[in-house]
Formats: sequence, C-alpha cells, structure tokens
Amino acid sequence: MTRTVLPFGPQHPVLPEPLHLTLTIEDEIVKEAIPKLGYVHRGLEKLAEIRDHTQMIQIVERVCGICSTLHAMCYCQGIEALMNVEVPSRAKYLRVVWAEMHRIHSHLLWLGLFADAFGFESLFMQFWRIRERIMDLQEATSGNRVIVSVNVVGGVKRDINKETEKWILETLDKVAREVNQLKTTILDDFTVKQRTVGIGILSKEKAYELGAAGPTLRASGIAQDMRQTGYAAYPELDFSPVIETNGDSYARTVCRFNEIFQAIDLIRQAFAKMPEGELAVKPKGLPKGEVVSRVEQPRGEVLYYLKADGTKFLDRLRIRTPTFANIPPLLDMLPGCDLADVPILILTIDPCISCTER
Amino acid sequence: MFMTKTVLKNLLTKYATRLYPFQTRETFKDVKGELKIEIDKCVFCGVCKMRCPSQCIGVDKKGRSWEVDPFACVYCGICVDACPVKCLYQEGMYKAPVAEKHMVFHAQEEKADAPT
Ligand code: SF4
Ligand code: SF4
Repeated sequence: MTRTVLPFGPQHPVLPEPLHLTLTIEDEIVKEAIPKLGYVHRGLEKLAEIRDHTQMIQIVERVCGICSTLHAMCYCQGIEALMNVEVPSRAKYLRVVWAEMHRIHSHLLWLGLFADAFGFESLFMQFWRIRERIMDLQEATSGNRVIVSVNVVGGVKRDINKETEKWILETLDKVAREVNQLKTTILDDFTVKQRTVGIGILSKEKAYELGAAGPTLRASGIAQDMRQTGYAAYPELDFSPVIETNGDSYARTVCRFNEIFQAIDLIRQAFAKMPEGELAVKPKGLPKGEVVSRVEQPRGEVLYYLKADGTKFLDRLRIRTPTFANIPPLLDMLPGCDLADVPILILTIDPCISCTER
Repeated sequence: MFMTKTVLKNLLTKYATRLYPFQTRETFKDVKGELKIEIDKCVFCGVCKMRCPSQCIGVDKKGRSWEVDPFACVYCGICVDACPVKCLYQEGMYKAPVAEKHMVFHAQEEKADAPT
C-alpha cells in the first residue's frame, strides 16, 4: 500500500482555527500526524516588557476572546499572590459568576461548531441562539459582549445588583431548559453516534501520560479540575468534576454537555451564598517574586508564570494554555482513524490555536 | 427523528434575529461603546494617555488638544475610570464602520475672556 502525505489546514472549511497537520495516510487511514503551529503568533508575552502590570490585565484578556475573563482572573490571582492582597469575599463570588458564564458560552459555541462539522447547520444555529442569551448577560453585566473586562488586581470592577441577579437566574433557567431539549437531539442521534462512539479513544493512562487537560482529560476518566485547588469562591461551593470514562469523541461531547449544567448550578450556588461587601481592595506597593497561577478554563487548565522584580513592569510572563497541553493527546488519537474523522477529532479537543500561540 | 421535530418547530416559530439595521435593540446600561470627550472640561493632564493599554491617546498640553485613534481603541474604559476630572465617557453604541481610518481630534478653543 502506498503512503500519501496530505496537508491539513491551516485553512480548512470545518475549522476556523489555523492549525496545520501533515497527515500521512494509507488507504484513507491516518498513519501519522505532525503538527505545525505558529501562524497567529502575536508576541503578547513580550508586551509585558513595555506595558505595566496593571495594563497587562487588558492585554492578557485578549490572549483568547472566549476565555477573556479567566485569563484576567488567573493573571490577577498571580499578581495578588505576589503583593499579598486578600480579595474581598464578594469579589470572589462575582469572579465565579463571570467565569462560569464564560464556560457556558464557550461550551455552547463548541457544541454549535461540533454540530456544524457534521453538517447539522440548523443545530449549529440552535446552540448559538441559546448562546446569545449568555452574551446578553455578559454585555449587560460587564459592558462588553466578548471581552468581559471585570477583573482588577484586588477584586472586581463591577457589581451585580439584585434586579440583574434575578434576570440572570431566570435566563439561566431558560438556557438549562433549552440545552436539555437539544441534548436528546444531538446525543441520541444515530449519525452522531455512528461518527463519535468508539472513535478517537484516549485511554486513561495515555491521557495522564501525555498531560491532557480539561474535558479531554475528564472524558478519559480522570477527575482532575483546577477548580478543586480552591481559588476564588470555589472552596465554598459544592461541586465535583464531571467525568466520563470511555475516552472517545462521544464521551468528550457528553462531558461538555454536563459541564454546562454544572456551570449553571455553580452560578445559582454563588448567588445564593454571595455576601454583601466591598468589591475590591487597593493594592499597595509593587509586585515582587515569582508565582505560578492556575485556573480552569472551559478548555482545561491555564497556567501563568509571573516573575516580578519590584518595578512597574514584569520581568517575565509565561502563559501555557490548555490547547497547548491537548495537542500531544490529539496526535495520539489520530493514527488509525479515518481521514473523514480528522476534523471531528480535532474539534473534540476544542482547539484554540490563537491562544496556544499567544 | 429528534432533529426532524426540532426543525419543524423552528419553521413555525418567529425569527430569532432582528432585521438589522431597520430594527435595533436598546443598548444595555453602562455598555462600553465609543469613546467621547467633553473637551472643555479636560485639563490635559495626560493620565488617560499614560494608562491606556493600547496607547492610542495623544495629549498635547501646549496646543490644548486631545486625540484618540478610534481604530486602535479596544473599548476597555480604563481612561474613563482614570480621568481625574471625569471628562471622558463611553456611549452605548460602538463606532459605526467607515471606509477610511482617521484620528478623532479635539482642541480646546481659546476662551476670549480668559485671564492671561
Ligand atoms: S485624563 Fe482626562 S483631563 Fe487628563 S488629559 Fe485625559 S481626558 Fe484630559
Ligand atoms: S477605552 Fe481603553 S483602549 Fe480606548 S482609549 Fe480608553 S484606555 Fe485606551
């Protein structure tokens, strides 16, 4: 059997992300995949040298549009650790609310793209229609639709009043109901099952060994979630990681579905327990020292390494995003699958290439 | 099967989208839209210029003028919060698209009866 080398991406109809894979195929079966990254490198880490540590908040928010507030939260938590700032309790709960809203809208976006990859365009529209409700919540509470810029060093900038809280909870009820309806539409569908069940299996051992993160890891049966490490108000909320055990494309889809419901539940809990109080404390002095800050994003664990030398500017900023961690597991899943399944397999790790390359 | 039911239901319900631009929705309160200045209040201290993360503001103290590159502005609102005399504000709407990029320039007029 002759081998053919096929370039996949960086422009591909089902994948808006500029990821290039060199696929070696044999009779439509993938034998080897070699990734090539670097099409959208923006040098955001380097910017830390010429923008001071408070301006960097706005810059890290733009590492990834979908996880904007989580990047800022991770960064602020790092700076707060360096400056020994204790964030007010209310701010911690508000951070949870915005973070979980982000998770919902990110997973809905992914589910839409996933449906679109199968050719289910109307289902794609359905998910995005639901997602629009969350975008409205974000716009009304933070002032921007996508880049939810609410974090500052020492707390948050904006508050959510009782009236808005009621509206948010009502909207979330609607979202939960509508997503639940679509759950049967996509998860019980014959075609979807045919193309996802048992395909792209990532075993528990491999997932651990290759350092997978987020739903890709949890769908292989490992209950690891950075929210368990207890940042923001998560230690006071009742939650346990959503896991699936099969490790195939279907399990990863189910995992994301269930995380939407979990996120809705976490927002409800956060509002129920949120204390009154101030929103932010003013930090004193300048950051000094080294710290690693970790946060669970919709796609998995993001890691910030910050090094500061007591000046306004950071010495070094290093960001490791979840997609970067999920590329080795992807390369493990691809060999042995059909060429036609490649786009769907790439989608199941929920790739965000622009944040991988920063 | 499930899908067929959903598709039929969709056909019978009304549009989820608006007929933009004929039909628009009201903006939410405190949305960070286009950046505006009340130039008469400005004291040309340059705080906004220093704080702006995308460095798109220019302040000329001598010429008593202020300018912003609206295409580099990221609508973050940092300058609005930082301004000591609160002369900056953001409108609820984003800037409308234009065919050519330009700077937004404001200069304070000489007050005729100002003491010299
Ligand atoms: S901060 Fe306010 S007063 Fe100072 S230059 Fe800017 S707009 Fe003018
Ligand atoms: S809104 Fe932000 S980006 Fe725009 S001018 Fe003000 S500080 Fe700069």
